[in-house]
Amino acid sequence: MRPVFVNIGERTNVTGSAKFRKLVAEGDYPEALSVARQQVDAGAQVLDVNMDEGLLDSVAAMKTFLNLIAAEPDIARVPIMVDSSKWEVIEAGLKCVQGKAIVNSISLKEGEEKFVEQAKKCLRYGAAVVVMAFDEQGQADTQDRKVAICTRAYKVLTETVGFPPEDIIFDPNIFAIATGIEEHDNYAVDFIEATRRIKAELPHARISGGVSNVSFSFRGNEPVRRAIHSVFLFHAIAAGMDMGIVNAGDLPVYDDIPAELREAVEDVVLNRKSASGLSGTERLLELAPKYKGGKSEQKGPDLAWRLADVGARLTHALVHGITEYIEADTEEARQVAERPLHVIEGPLMDGMNVVGDLFGAGKMFLPQVVKSARVMKQAVAYLLPFMEEEKAGTGRQAAGKILMATVKGDVHDIGKNIVGVVLQCNNYEVIDLGVMVPADRILDEAVKHKVDMVGLSGLITPSLDEMAFVAGEMERRGFTIPLLIGGATTSKTHTAVKIAPQYKAGPTVYTLDASRAVGTVSNLLSPTEKDRFMGEVAADYVKVREQFARGQGARARRSLAEARDKAFTPDWTTYDPPKPSFLGTRAIGPYDLSELARHIDWTPFFASWELVGRYPAILEDDVVGAAARDLFRDAQAMLARIVQEGLVEAKGVVGFWPANADGDDIVLYADEARATEVGRFHTLRQQMLKDGANVALADFIAPVGTRPDYVGGFAVTAGLGEHEMVATFRDAGDDYSAILSQALADRLAEAFAEALHRKVRTELWGYAPDEPFDLDQLIGEKYRGIRPAAGYPAQPDHTEKTVLFQLLDATAATGIALTESLAMTPPSSVSGLYFAHPEAHYFGVGRIEKDQVADYARRKGWDLKTAERWLGPILNYEPG
Amino acid sequence: MTRAERIAALKAAAKQRVLILDGSWGVMIQKRGLAEADYRGQRFKDHAVQLKGDNDILCLTRPDIIAELHDAYYAAGADISETNTFSATSIGQGEYEAQAAVRDINFEGARIARETADRWTAKEPHKPRFVAGSIGPLPVMLSMSSDVNDPGARKVTFDQVYEAYREQARALHEGGCDLFLIETITDTLNCKAAIKAIMDLADEGYEELPIWISGTITDRSGRTLSGQTVEAFWNSIKHAKPFAVGLNCALGAELMRPHIAELSRIADTLVSAYPNAGLPNAMGEYDETPDQTGHMLHEWAQAGIVNILGGCCGTTPDHIKHVADEVKGMKPRALPERPTALRLAGLEPFELAS
Repeated sequence: MRPVFVNIGERTNVTGSAKFRKLVAEGDYPEALSVARQQVDAGAQVLDVNMDEGLLDSVAAMKTFLNLIAAEPDIARVPIMVDSSKWEVIEAGLKCVQGKAIVNSISLKEGEEKFVEQAKKCLRYGAAVVVMAFDEQGQADTQDRKVAICTRAYKVLTETVGFPPEDIIFDPNIFAIATGIEEHDNYAVDFIEATRRIKAELPHARISGGVSNVSFSFRGNEPVRRAIHSVFLFHAIAAGMDMGIVNAGDLPVYDDIPAELREAVEDVVLNRKSASGLSGTERLLELAPKYKGGKSEQKGPDLAWRLADVGARLTHALVHGITEYIEADTEEARQVAERPLHVIEGPLMDGMNVVGDLFGAGKMFLPQVVKSARVMKQAVAYLLPFMEEEKAGTGRQAAGKILMATVKGDVHDIGKNIVGVVLQCNNYEVIDLGVMVPADRILDEAVKHKVDMVGLSGLITPSLDEMAFVAGEMERRGFTIPLLIGGATTSKTHTAVKIAPQYKAGPTVYTLDASRAVGTVSNLLSPTEKDRFMGEVAADYVKVREQFARGQGARARRSLAEARDKAFTPDWTTYDPPKPSFLGTRAIGPYDLSELARHIDWTPFFASWELVGRYPAILEDDVVGAAARDLFRDAQAMLARIVQEGLVEAKGVVGFWPANADGDDIVLYADEARATEVGRFHTLRQQMLKDGANVALADFIAPVGTRPDYVGGFAVTAGLGEHEMVATFRDAGDDYSAILSQALADRLAEAFAEALHRKVRTELWGYAPDEPFDLDQLIGEKYRGIRPAAGYPAQPDHTEKTVLFQLLDATAATGIALTESLAMTPPSSVSGLYFAHPEAHYFGVGRIEKDQVADYARRKGWDLKTAERWLGPILNYEPG
Repeated sequence: MTRAERIAALKAAAKQRVLILDGSWGVMIQKRGLAEADYRGQRFKDHAVQLKGDNDILCLTRPDIIAELHDAYYAAGADISETNTFSATSIGQGEYEAQAAVRDINFEGARIARETADRWTAKEPHKPRFVAGSIGPLPVMLSMSSDVNDPGARKVTFDQVYEAYREQARALHEGGCDLFLIETITDTLNCKAAIKAIMDLADEGYEELPIWISGTITDRSGRTLSGQTVEAFWNSIKHAKPFAVGLNCALGAELMRPHIAELSRIADTLVSAYPNAGLPNAMGEYDETPDQTGHMLHEWAQAGIVNILGGCCGTTPDHIKHVADEVKGMKPRALPERPTALRLAGLEPFELAS
């Protein structure tokens, strides 16, 4: 059988890692935790934690660190090795681990009585033990003493204490070899042979050891030390060594060690006479300098890039999003730069240009670019104090200044934030006014900051009108700078037809996504490209407008009366509408976030980062797979943090009412008497010419006078606290985490809506109690009943949310508010209606004719103009 | 019978048949519609805070009701009934400011159950009845932060939890329970404190009693509230050499089954299960009927994955009777033989095979 060797992470050991010791001594536990996380990520199967340092309160440090680890599921998944030479520290550690740990170590050093007492405690705390080959006489050095002490300890443990033999791990002491003292030459052999005998003679016992001791005499020469470790382990593992404290992932493969070096090391480890006649130690000492390398190498995998010059290192850090060394490297660059500003304009911008090129060439993806921005921000933040100190510093020359805002009435800004970060990465200065920004403020700020262009963003349809309004205001106030339009509901057609004509004095350009934003901005600001680009855009928009105009005429519609004749009409005589388990409203939550986290539909999450493909296949995608995997891992870590730390709260409200259809309206009643109307949903009917029915949502409810029927409604949010969470990350200069957390809150809200809908189907309304539980089916929507939302294709009118919110008293129950454009805030919120009819289905209303708009206005108590404003995006005609 | 004889009889019975544990206490007490005065009795008539809801204190103030419930469960066919001491620790009783009564609650709780059990054993010597000292979870957890802003924060220390459990275990022992049942475990570290408290009693000369450990998988994730998988949980508590290990509460039989099957595969000791009567409905009530419960648990016995069956939230003597009748005469699960290996755990299990 292939021997299995267990890596025990050693970097969370203050005696083995100067970095970790410094972090703990300074109380920088978050960074200390990241050391633990790196160990686990690098493959440590057990995490050794040691706080034995004279100047530390080791008991307190052990407790603090283990309690913190318990809160990090990605670290806490592996067992802990509680490592101390002091029993009180070990016991304090055992009181903090819920899993089964290993105690490292106990021994017969202070006699059998003490050994038994400590072993018994380990047994009752439920820990395995490492037993050092150490007795009253001292540490065992020879093979025979090692075996004798371990045998004695084994007998005491299994016979006196009742310790399970499989929970005993011996550490027969690894001592330094090649020290120049002849007695030390056989130490490695002593360990290896003792291991062989202990494994043969003491059933189920295990062997461990601290590997780095063996090469102690070569400290300062890491390549040789690692070669010694590798050779030593090769032989010790073959003899039966089961586990060792080693830097996971750090060792060269035995076969990869240069033959000359390997042979010399082997002579030393196995204490053989070397062919040259020199002693093994002498020969290795002679060879060692040759393999030392240019400078003392850093530990850890793939750190070759650290050997390059500082510019290349900065570029590497930017491209790979590594923040670990950025301050040191920035400092090094500052030392040689004439002015701190030159570091930004020189090496950092050079690095960002590489990022920009790779992104442009499709070799880097959005999440990676946003991570690059995080590195850049840290470097700039490091330089700022130096730049302020230097009075002459007049600030750097950005490539251009762009003002960005989500328009009045809208709160969605994930996409805008991504665009902002990407632009910053490309050396543009971005002034972000945030969300719900009124037109006059956008334009005042644009003047004040002398910006080069304005970017507007929005997600909900009423924002389209607001953007057109801003464009008109720019015209009126005499602006000529470019206006960029972006956001989920915006389109080239809408921009060309509705927005651009409002602003004739300057170019208006639609931007599909963050990747295109950079090209658009650089073209618009380029003295040589600008005219050509604007000409192309203008010509393109003329074409788009012509197409639109042609399309207008071609879209024939039925009259409202005809459409109603072709309504969807289930047979109400045979259908008995199910009654919900309660009538009225019920508040839900705070809902368990970890439950929601498990039910996230990841495909749209990747799409929000411009990584297109279905989850989980996207993780294996040839092109974006690597980027998707990295993003997914970061998302999982962030999600764990959101859940663990409760960064957001999920609340909802659900309601059911007796209801019947009255034409295209749905009337809601106070009670089963169905005499008092408490509210009315107005629905819109398809008017396109087609086979099959012209559907309206009201068709799914039994008409007045047929049967008692019901309708439900809901509003949920996973965004309580979202604003603070995002602000905290952003204030720390971490846009990547800010956007990541925001996108996840969004997904949690969707998952909440799904989970609640299921609860409604199986319990609260209960018409499908036996529905199978299957995430794919849920996302594929293969179940009975629908939950259409206002502002979406089946009911494009956002104002219907007002009715729903009143009926649910949703703001009081959940904290979700509606803006003047009827966007829900916090943005990670979902609301909608519930229909239970087996044939209820999603559909798009499509464009509607003036006859329906007039009818709808009458039903809603609006004038025609108001109706045309709210229904603007779906009008099949040009309003007068 | 002496306690040692009873323990021997319990172990012998476990080899013969599927043992039956009682069902829910909360629901049964709730059905009595007790008033504040019932909870207070004479002893606590001037108690400073409300006691209604402190079911454990009824061991002192309405011992008649507690005895009746034990009686009803034994009559339904239960081999084992639990003492009414689920929250009777100084930490659990803190909410009612009744810490001073903790020793008495446990002692009396065990004594009442003992008396009832002995009466049944005298009446039906072929089917001796046993008393499990119930040691429930605490409102505070050692593995979870008590402060969202400080993941390292804890409301209590291991030593405090240990002392609370030690006081409870000692009084249950003195009151005459046959075994300890550490149940509804949401945090394995709390459980480990209870295990150590019980094991340490031996140092004071207390006769060693079997330990029964029952964890709680809180949802479909298949993990405990403190994040462990079933196998990690087992690895973490195996050192107690438990008489039985199992799962209870949170889930109904349907959702609990895969986790019991997993435990059955890995645990080389008896496996117990006492699920809730399904999941609570919208009103927080349990709808699973006795014959449904009986039917599902019968299938478990048939599949050979359990040694002890009972009920948790929402189950009644009627449920227990159905379960007992359904599994009568069926063979208990055979203990699996597992290869010796070093088994450790974080949130996930670790195994190094020999």
